[in-house]
Amino acid sequence: MAEEKKLFKVTIDNITVEVEPGTTILNAARLVGGEVAPPAMCYYSKLKGSGGKCRTCLVEVAAGSTADPRPMPKLVASCRTTVMDGMIVKNITSERVQDARAGIVEFLLLNHPLDCPICDQAGECHLQELSYEHGKEGTRYEFGKRTFKKHDLGPYIQLHMTRCILCYRCVFVADQLTNKRVHGVLDRGDHAEIATYIEKALDNDFIGNVIDVCPVGALTDKTFRFKNRVWFTKPMDAHRDCPTCCGEVQLWMRGDEVFRVTARKDEWGEIKDASDGKTGWICNECRFEKKDAKDWIIDGPTHVSRHSVISANHYEKVIQPQETLPEVMGGRNPKLLMDIHSISEVNRPDIHLSEIEGPAHSDDFNEP
Amino acid sequence: MSVKLLLEKAHVEGIRSYDVYRREGGYRAVEKALKTMSPEAIVEEVKKSGLRGRGGAGFPTGMKWSFIAKPEGVPRHLVCNADESEPGTFKDRYLMEFLPHLLIEGLIISSFALGSNATYIYIRGEYAWIPDILEHAIREAKANGWLGKNILGTGFDLEIYVQRGAGAYICGEETALIESLEGKRGNPRIKPPFPAVKGVWDRPTVVNNVESLAAVVPIINIGAEEYAKIGVGRSTGTKLISACGNINKPGVYEIDMTISVEEFIYSDEYCGGIKNGKRLKACIPGGSSVPILPANLLLKTAKGETRYMNYESLSDGGFATGSMMGSGGFIVLDEDQCVVKNTYTLARFYRHESCGQCSPCREGTGWMEKILKKIDSGKGAMSDIDLLWDIQRKIEGNTICPLGDAAAWPVAAAIRHFRDEFEWHVKNPEECLVRNYGLAGYAEPRPIPA
Ligand SMILES: Cc1cc2nc3c(=O)[nH]c(=O)nc-3n(C[C@H](O)[C@H](O)[C@H](O)COP(=O)(O)O)c2cc1C
Ligand code: SF4
Ligand code: SF4
Ligand code: FES
Repeated sequence: MAEEKKLFKVTIDNITVEVEPGTTILNAARLVGGEVAPPAMCYYSKLKGSGGKCRTCLVEVAAGSTADPRPMPKLVASCRTTVMDGMIVKNITSERVQDARAGIVEFLLLNHPLDCPICDQAGECHLQELSYEHGKEGTRYEFGKRTFKKHDLGPYIQLHMTRCILCYRCVFVADQLTNKRVHGVLDRGDHAEIATYIEKALDNDFIGNVIDVCPVGALTDKTFRFKNRVWFTKPMDAHRDCPTCCGEVQLWMRGDEVFRVTARKDEWGEIKDASDGKTGWICNECRFEKKDAKDWIIDGPTHVSRHSVISANHYEKVIQPQETLPEVMGGRNPKLLMDIHSISEVNRPDIHLSEIEGPAHSDDFNEP
Repeated sequence: MSVKLLLEKAHVEGIRSYDVYRREGGYRAVEKALKTMSPEAIVEEVKKSGLRGRGGAGFPTGMKWSFIAKPEGVPRHLVCNADESEPGTFKDRYLMEFLPHLLIEGLIISSFALGSNATYIYIRGEYAWIPDILEHAIREAKANGWLGKNILGTGFDLEIYVQRGAGAYICGEETALIESLEGKRGNPRIKPPFPAVKGVWDRPTVVNNVESLAAVVPIINIGAEEYAKIGVGRSTGTKLISACGNINKPGVYEIDMTISVEEFIYSDEYCGGIKNGKRLKACIPGGSSVPILPANLLLKTAKGETRYMNYESLSDGGFATGSMMGSGGFIVLDEDQCVVKNTYTLARFYRHESCGQCSPCREGTGWMEKILKKIDSGKGAMSDIDLLWDIQRKIEGNTICPLGDAAAWPVAAAIRHFRDEFEWHVKNPEECLVRNYGLAGYAEPRPIPA
């Protein structure tokens, strides 16, 4: 007789959820969703051993458990701390957490080039999102930013070490998806860098996935570099019968042109499970070589629920305007507008793009 | 009267060799432990002795040993932490260099107590000549039946291996050490799990400092009760202090923890006073990570009581007015030393030694170093001092391993106690380049001649 599994009750920002023993605070908070889920720059649920490094997910444990309700003295990394029954966690309701997190964001940005206008990751960068949500205006850092010697990782993957936040995700990908890791973290401290030891291209059928897991623009797709901005492209779910991988991808299209191929991501920016239930890692061939719409069977526009430049995606609900938006907006897609206006408190975060008749105009977002 | 338990025989001619060590009573403790005591009884004995870890944190050794998991069929390991890289700390080197057999003896007993059949000494790479000494001693011990199979007919097998580090302070942190020992990059692990459950190759592991393990020998020899009578309160037994800086007699001293800081600095038995008749300005009493104390708070606590060289007294007053015993690296600064420069030097060290895994430590240490350099070179602003304070505050407690704290504390303590010196640097950008601030209000009460 299978005994009924006891679930643990955990209260995060005054919201109680029940989770299986062994669940981390972060994953419990993701069940609540929204802002209650701490930001995670290094944890990646699909990569074993990830997390604990960036410290953006720090939370306060106000009570350890029902059995031992003492608070934990230090803030803990929610991605690596498992819940106990009766645990009380404070994330956005804790000033200590907000203060520490602002500090972490400042640290992460200290040496970050802030060259977003020329960075291919702009628009889908987790550090950008983090800075919008938790960062301060301006910087207190008045010294030169660090630079690195350039490493060429081969024809597919572009490394911009200055943008790296040393989350180690790409190292875990190479460890867990390929049989031989040739890149890693060299040196230590603030001079640590991602590199291959002896100049070498990253060459493995699945190594392209490092691009998808990289939270910033440190690893980008060379076959997409500077070709377009993500917010001008439209993500479409597509698939093909691939002998190497699941073949389930997202195409980033403009018109009929495929600009980029990536794995499909969930609301936390992580690669989704494919229809076979396994993580939908994709192979290099699908990612880099299949840039023709004819290579793919297109399933339809990607549905993403979380709000951000690219993910606040409402294609499905949009009332088709008479003229196309790019015609009116000079090439701009509504999702960019959506983002700019939804992060601005002076405007109307309540307005839904799909409620606007015809092409959106900035007036639509001003207070009525 | 000073008691010597560890260094008693350090000056016996030829004590490094097995024959002399044995003749002087060496390996008696192994005989006693292996032949007459059970592993559990040894753990109990170490618990009763009150021995606290000598590596820095001061965690009770017997208690640590009793936490080791004992899953069926899984080997356990003891690892001796000889990475000793904390600036100001050089006591383990002395022990290993001059009394290698004392450490081997301690390792045999401790391995027996913990059930480790393969024990590792992880030694910092810069101690280039010491592995040879240790390996020679291991060979001698093996040749005489103290290591290998079926030691003393007890059925207990033990091999001791010496592993050199490659020059990283962080590999002294126990989980980084374990990673390094496994042949990986020396990044501290995220805890839990703790080494007692998953250590080397995911097996239950105890990591102890060289001095802690050597101290097991006298504990077995004289018995826990006698050992616990030495010292005071929860600071039992003797402690090695490596004294350096502006003193007449730098070196490694074995103290029983009842002597006062003043006696330690000024008596001829120990540091022999401040060099060149200068006056005491400040002291970092427990290795570079612990808070610096100005003379007035060093010799007396904030309550005006005498400060003693032991765990409790050195930390009396918390970080506000106290410091820590730490690893026993006692660094003395005289009136000619600049606290700003000293802090900058330490910050440079921590920036260089951070493993870079977690953002506060990786980025914060570098930032603090740059600001301190700026102030030190007369280019600082008043706001920089507050900024430093804020940065250290945002590092402390928010990192994976205690190196982040260790980098934050010296900066915090320097600003806490020597803010006027920082401000003087800002206000006198030219003068600070040619002259030191001096003693200011921190002069010690005149030393009492012994
Ligand atoms: C950055 C860092 C460096 C350390 N270096 C050493 C060291 O060189 N030697 C040492 O014994 N302990 C060192 N420690 C402490 C160890 O992590 C561990 O607590 C100690 O070896 C435990 O031994 P003990 O209980 O006998 O003191 C270090 C800790 C940190 C955080
Ligand atoms: S390159 Fe990207 S994925 Fe790799 S460590 Fe840096 S930020 Fe993380
Ligand atoms: S605190 Fe510093 S040394 Fe320790 S894990 Fe983090 S980055 Fe590495
Ligand atoms: S996401 Fe938890 S520490 Fe990075």
